[in-house]
Amino acid sequence: MARKVPEVNAGSMADIAFMLLIFFLVTTTMDVDTGISRKLPPIQEEELENKPPPIKEKNLFEVIANVNDQLLVEGNLMEVKDLRQATKDFLNNNGDGSCNYCTGVRNPRSSDNPHKAIITVQNDRGTSYNLYIAVQNELVAAINELRDELAMRKFGMPLSDLSESEQKIIQKQFPQKISEAEPVNLSAN
Amino acid sequence: MSKFRKKGGKEMAPISTASLPDIVFMLLFFFMTTTTMREQELVVKVIQPKATEVKKLEKKSLVSNVYVGQPMKSYQSKYGTEGTIQLNDFFAGVDDVKDFIFAEREARKEEEIPLLTTNIKADVDVKMGIITDIKQELRKVQALKINYATVEVAELDYK
Repeated sequence: MARKVPEVNAGSMADIAFMLLIFFLVTTTMDVDTGISRKLPPIQEEELENKPPPIKEKNLFEVIANVNDQLLVEGNLMEVKDLRQATKDFLNNNGDGSCNYCTGVRNPRSSDNPHKAIITVQNDRGTSYNLYIAVQNELVAAINELRDELAMRKFGMPLSDLSESEQKIIQKQFPQKISEAEPVNLSAN
Repeated sequence: MSKFRKKGGKEMAPISTASLPDIVFMLLFFFMTTTTMREQELVVKVIQPKATEVKKLEKKSLVSNVYVGQPMKSYQSKYGTEGTIQLNDFFAGVDDVKDFIFAEREARKEEEIPLLTTNIKADVDVKMGIITDIKQELRKVQALKINYATVEVAELDYK
């Protein structure tokens, strides 16, 4: 008859597991990275032979930030808190009447339709990062608000509740066209 | 016939602790799967700006972090107080961004390279000049997907 193998005492198993648990609690983090995603334009190696067609001045929404963190929007001094509404008015304007879902005022001196409208941001080397992010945030917020309003009118639900294909439709109606000017030094000194 | 138990009658059976290791292991596996390893030590001060329209970064393994901020107190005598770049775990110049991106690409599978995102974690007080320089460097090496790390808040108040 074979000798009985003595049983291994498993009483300290819990202690070992606790030690491992505490080690992982201390060395790991749970936070998720969040942020504003952007795609940079590829660098232009040489001057294009046939330049892209010029964009009409009225279809451009110029946002310029200077070294003192002041904003110049379409030639007027503006506070960051007013930027969202101004952007919405610009994108939603529907100057040529081709956009049947826009609710804008059809100002002939503002953008033709959301597909032609382009937002361009320019900043100085001395502009604070804080203001830059605030501006980017407001621009994205304006587009998201327009999309949300359109989703409410069209499907009766906010954008986040729609199916993926429906979201795509809405996103196409108000494309996110934010361009960044090549860096320049606005303040000469 | 007594309704009350006599003192020192039956002994209470001890609660079995045999399943304690299993419970702890369950906790352990939960934390191992939901968390990620702590990032490298920061040598620059980074307080991320706040924003409302943020998105989550999907795959952490495909993100390379670039930190920009004022050097920590102990390094200020050597590196000054201007916004400085941190790559991996030490200070770097703008020129090092290229090499950093190449090294990051080297470490990934080839099909994952186009999905690589550069996460710019910059301090609120940093000036745009250095951010623009980094962006130009990234454009030169075709690392076009970027993300500005921000903290999500429900409402922003502008003074």
